[in-house]
Amino acid sequence: MSEIEFLSWVRGPGFEIAIIIFVAGVVIRLSEIFLLGRKKNLAEAKGSEMRGGLHTILSRSIPDKSTFQRSTFKIVSGYIFHIGLFVTIFFFAPHILLVKEITGISWPSLPTAIIDASAVVSIITLVVVLIHRVRDTVLKFISTAGDYLVWIITILPLITGYMAFHRIGMSAPTLLAIHILSIELLLVAFPFTKLMHAFTLPIARWYNGAISAYRGVES
Amino acid sequence: MIDNKNLKDKTLGDALRSQGISRRSFLKFCAATASMMALPPSMIPAIAEALEKAKKPSVIWLSFQECTGCTESLTRAHTATIENLIFDSISLDYHHTLQAASGEAAEEARTEAMKENWGEYLLVVDGSIPTKDMGYSTIAGMSNLDMFLETAAGAAAIISVGTCAAFGGIPHAYPNPTGAYSVYDIIKKYGDQKVDGVTSATITNASNGRVSDKPIITVPGCPPIPVVITGVLTHYLTFGSIPELDHLGRPKAFYGSSIHDRCYRRPFYDKGLFAETFDDEGAKKGWCLYKLGCKGPTTYNACATTKWNNGTSFPIESGHPCLGCSEPDFWDGGGFYKALSIPTIDIASASIYAAAGAAAAGVAIGALNKKKKQSAISDHSKTTIDDLEKQ
Repeated sequence: MSEIEFLSWVRGPGFEIAIIIFVAGVVIRLSEIFLLGRKKNLAEAKGSEMRGGLHTILSRSIPDKSTFQRSTFKIVSGYIFHIGLFVTIFFFAPHILLVKEITGISWPSLPTAIIDASAVVSIITLVVVLIHRVRDTVLKFISTAGDYLVWIITILPLITGYMAFHRIGMSAPTLLAIHILSIELLLVAFPFTKLMHAFTLPIARWYNGAISAYRGVES
Repeated sequence: MIDNKNLKDKTLGDALRSQGISRRSFLKFCAATASMMALPPSMIPAIAEALEKAKKPSVIWLSFQECTGCTESLTRAHTATIENLIFDSISLDYHHTLQAASGEAAEEARTEAMKENWGEYLLVVDGSIPTKDMGYSTIAGMSNLDMFLETAAGAAAIISVGTCAAFGGIPHAYPNPTGAYSVYDIIKKYGDQKVDGVTSATITNASNGRVSDKPIITVPGCPPIPVVITGVLTHYLTFGSIPELDHLGRPKAFYGSSIHDRCYRRPFYDKGLFAETFDDEGAKKGWCLYKLGCKGPTTYNACATTKWNNGTSFPIESGHPCLGCSEPDFWDGGGFYKALSIPTIDIASASIYAAAGAAAAGVAIGALNKKKKQSAISDHSKTTIDDLEKQ
């Protein structure tokens, strides 16, 4: 298989397989969560579930003072990494073009220097959080193989993307093909790993907020 | 065909002088060649000396499944340049398009040149070689494969000119009806065969030639840049060896950087300024053509630096995205006008079908889960004091 054939495969059938598994996996998992249902609450509602739910989705993004003091490193590194990843994924022109192709939605891109910097910051932060994970006794104890797998499949697109952008080590078509393949790996693993938190986190927050509001307590 | 004995014995220096090239122009050419090939300035006298003394090398040019675009590119310079004169000064003993001879006489010129320069001539190939049916492309009744293997056996080095010879090109593109292969793939497939075939009677030691041992230089492009050929020839004449090559056999001096990295429109890419269509404001302002399908980021060639038509411009400068013509299988690369980050097939409908199918599956699984939950509730039996006492 030549380099361009490899690139054509990851841009064609490879991407199709990955996106089908990703979409189907996410839809099945979310359907399962929603369709499982909850026991009907016979108590009188003391507040709006919807309002409480939406409020908590946002309010939980801002850590309270004591939590922040207790877990400053985790919160700061988590924010840096997630913002870096978000900027890298959603503000690089070729990525926006891909989203536009699939959904028809488009927005302005950022200069490559900013994307480059955010990718580097994300990679460094991911390495730092991994070191923290293996050095922290409790974190290490509760970490599973799945957690390390998720770390690998998250950092791979960042590293391969950086290498493809700067053409490091291999020829450009191969680097681009490997980068796209690493994203396909991420898409395939997404519904079946903790990466699903991107979808389940707002649902969990909404549920917490909704039950608290129903009971008339603060969330 | 140049068969004048005196002319053949002349050195390159003699040939250039006889064509009125001054020493100054010659040194300027050597300096330009050195800088083009990323050699230090200290190499200029060495290049000049070596070229001066170099005997005109015998070159046999075989054209197989090709469109003659490569020859057109190499011969259609607007003005006579020293590069062209170097070209004129090689002993091009066989070339379908350029030679005056035809028929038996033409074929005899090839075997004659092979006999005289066995082990020393350069073999230039343009066009891919069919393998499905040998009758698809024959010359003087000889299949392309036989002619190539026979001629390659006595060559000092093989230069695959153009994307067809280098990577198979358009004949190799899907569905490849003729079973076309590049020179490199043909050698991989048939190179170990001992060549003592068709005209071995005229070539005394043909059976010694193992084609797989021959160095191959690929000069891809559809067509390739003329100066790259002269650069390779100059390197060969100067150092008696082939230039440093990349993993696809391309001279690194010319194929070392991607079009994207050398493109004058690169700053627009970095700023996020793109032409969205061929006639929008961005296109008029000369912004980056990435969104219009430019393959510059994955293409290695010298277009952005040496340019075409005597340094006038190159495709991107004319407002058209790079097609990636110097890369393998570029015809099957997923559409010339599709940006590199866009999937080559319809992902949107695949996603919709996947979502619809998964939603149906999700409902079914959800129903099963609900049933499981209910049966778990109904099957649940409370532990009584009696149960605990039993244990």
